Amino acid sequence: MDIPYTTQSRPDTGLYNAKLGIWLFLASEVMLFGALFSSYILLRVGAPPGFWPHGWLNVPVGTANTLVLITSSITTVLAWASLKMNNFGKFKFYHACTILFALTFVCIKSYEYHDKFVHYEVALNDNKFVDGHMKENHLKFENNAWTGYAVLNGHVVDNREELYDLKKHHHKGHEEIRVEGPQIKHLDNYGPWHNTYTAIYFTLTGLHALHVIGGALVIGFLWGPGSKMFKTDPERFTNRIEVSGLFWHFVDLVWIFLFPVLYLL
Amino acid sequence: MSEAQSPEHFSHHVRRYLYVFYALIFGTIVTVLASLIPFGSYSINIAVALFIACCKAFLVAGYFMHLISERKMIYGILAFTAFFFFGLMGLILWHFHDFPMHTVTH
Repeated sequence: MDIPYTTQSRPDTGLYNAKLGIWLFLASEVMLFGALFSSYILLRVGAPPGFWPHGWLNVPVGTANTLVLITSSITTVLAWASLKMNNFGKFKFYHACTILFALTFVCIKSYEYHDKFVHYEVALNDNKFVDGHMKENHLKFENNAWTGYAVLNGHVVDNREELYDLKKHHHKGHEEIRVEGPQIKHLDNYGPWHNTYTAIYFTLTGLHALHVIGGALVIGFLWGPGSKMFKTDPERFTNRIEVSGLFWHFVDLVWIFLFPVLYLL
Repeated sequence: MSEAQSPEHFSHHVRRYLYVFYALIFGTIVTVLASLIPFGSYSINIAVALFIACCKAFLVAGYFMHLISERKMIYGILAFTAFFFFGLMGLILWHFHDFPMHTVTH
């Protein structure tokens, strides 16, 4: 028995079933990201004055990733339009570009994550703070005390608040700083556990990156083995490309808001 | 979007998609540049960035997702989504200063 309404519209909805399904799914996705955005607002507005980070993320890298995702959106819609114009070769080309852009996005995001995981804030016993990227880590935590040493490429500040608003407090000239274990009161990297900003940053961008990976897998399938359907049922295949494209544009849409909120404001 | 359209019709669409793409690139650059301008109040910077993001979102949803020429059923689904989404945001903002008794605030 054939699945009904894969190509023809249902009389009551005016849509083929997969299209109605993807829009219902996207509606639930709006609420998922909406809940996380509202969490972001609560955390930001509730942060103590001077302790919400500004300028922690690399704007040129974030801008490049935004452009990559926007370009992947146009290649997705052009792939669908190529099928509508019966040009299977162009479809293959545009969707190959989409997959490449998706991989580029994930690679750039991984680079940004790595940068945060090797970036440390070290609180010293003399109430100063060392902030920078870990170059050498020979530290050990034994009997409730740090031993060994670490070398960071960064700077020293007297007030922790100076580490939060990097747009206001410019730290020119990073230098290699050797920190001895016994000097250390506390240290941690800029992972999700660092503060509420990094927690919501990793949650929002991590969930978004999972969507990018999921979407790329589906598009990869439709570009590769799934594209055989074009020979047997071209209209149904074109609808599949439209539905996967709608998901991909939604992923782009979420990033359009994530970029200014996390990187610029 | 109606299904029965000629290939010529779609080549016209392709040109429109390209214009939208250029607008999105332009919008991204404007967003970055606007964030560097000191408007006097940080709230204005936030409003400007979100306004540009909304314009870009309209272009993606309207043209790439074909929402400007969709069926009523999809508009209905999105109307429900918008109601709950803005309700969620509104309730969060409305209750922000409504702390329980003895809450320690900064």
